[in-house]
Amino acid sequence: MDGGCGGGCGGCSKDDIAVEFGDEPHVLAVDDNLIDRKLVEKLLKNSSCKVTTAENGLRALEYLGLGSDQRNTLEISKVNLIITDYCMPGMTGYELLKKIKESSVLKEVPVVILSSENSPTRISQCLEEGAQMFMLKPLKQSDVKQLKCHLMR
Amino acid sequence: MEVGQMQGRLVDYTKSLFMEGFLDGQFLQLQQLQDESNPDFVVEVVSLFFDDSEKLLNDLTMALDQPNVDFKKVDAHVHQLKGSSSSIGAQRVKNGCIAFRNFCEEQNIEACLRCLQQVKQEYYLVKNKLEALFRLEQQIVAAGGSIPMMEMGF
Repeated sequence: MDGGCGGGCGGCSKDDIAVEFGDEPHVLAVDDNLIDRKLVEKLLKNSSCKVTTAENGLRALEYLGLGSDQRNTLEISKVNLIITDYCMPGMTGYELLKKIKESSVLKEVPVVILSSENSPTRISQCLEEGAQMFMLKPLKQSDVKQLKCHLMR
Repeated sequence: MEVGQMQGRLVDYTKSLFMEGFLDGQFLQLQQLQDESNPDFVVEVVSLFFDDSEKLLNDLTMALDQPNVDFKKVDAHVHQLKGSSSSIGAQRVKNGCIAFRNFCEEQNIEACLRCLQQVKQEYYLVKNKLEALFRLEQQIVAAGGSIPMMEMGF
């Protein structure tokens, strides 16, 4: 399978994609599984993304400047995309998505949900809450190409 | 044995692992991610998988050994193992976990114990196979050869 992303997105090249805003896109990847974190990190780095990983929703929120004891939002790390696993102990990916969309500062950041379960209810629930995309695990290179198409818009 | 022969052996061995269902396409994804900037990526991730799995299998053994089995906890462990094995392409382990989760839902302790045995067996089998694969790769590299890229065409 070569080049092209699915669904109405022209001109994705197979190689490192030059992103409009000049810098490498910065992605925050959230997953409680260490192997999956390593995998998503490598997939994204191979596509010239800067990657930060978090092992749970709370850590992710802290990194984003939305931690429960953070008042100062000046220290937010700029993130262009958030990829989160759905099934996580404590805060699920869905709950994390809601918190992000509730934030005036972060609600414009696209959020992608990853899940090993192909559940239609889960998918519509996430999309309704504002998730950009829902993808099945395990992630592949072709999935990351699709993600980069979304970043380029 | 010269490099060409070793490379041939590696290709045949890898193919057999796919044919016999030990590995699936996700393993190829891992191999394709490996590059000069990270030449040990596959070994690193698979080693993490080994450590993670052994801990999970121990936790599962203990959890099923309790007088009152906490099936939610058991299911959580199996879910983790299913995820990891799926992510590295350890197909038989993953399939074993799928069956295991069904029995957790039914709270069927006998069936869960059987599943645990099955998953352990599949895990140790794939572990041996992967270790043999990595040894073959090391031999090739030590002899100055390069690792042939697998293609899914077979």
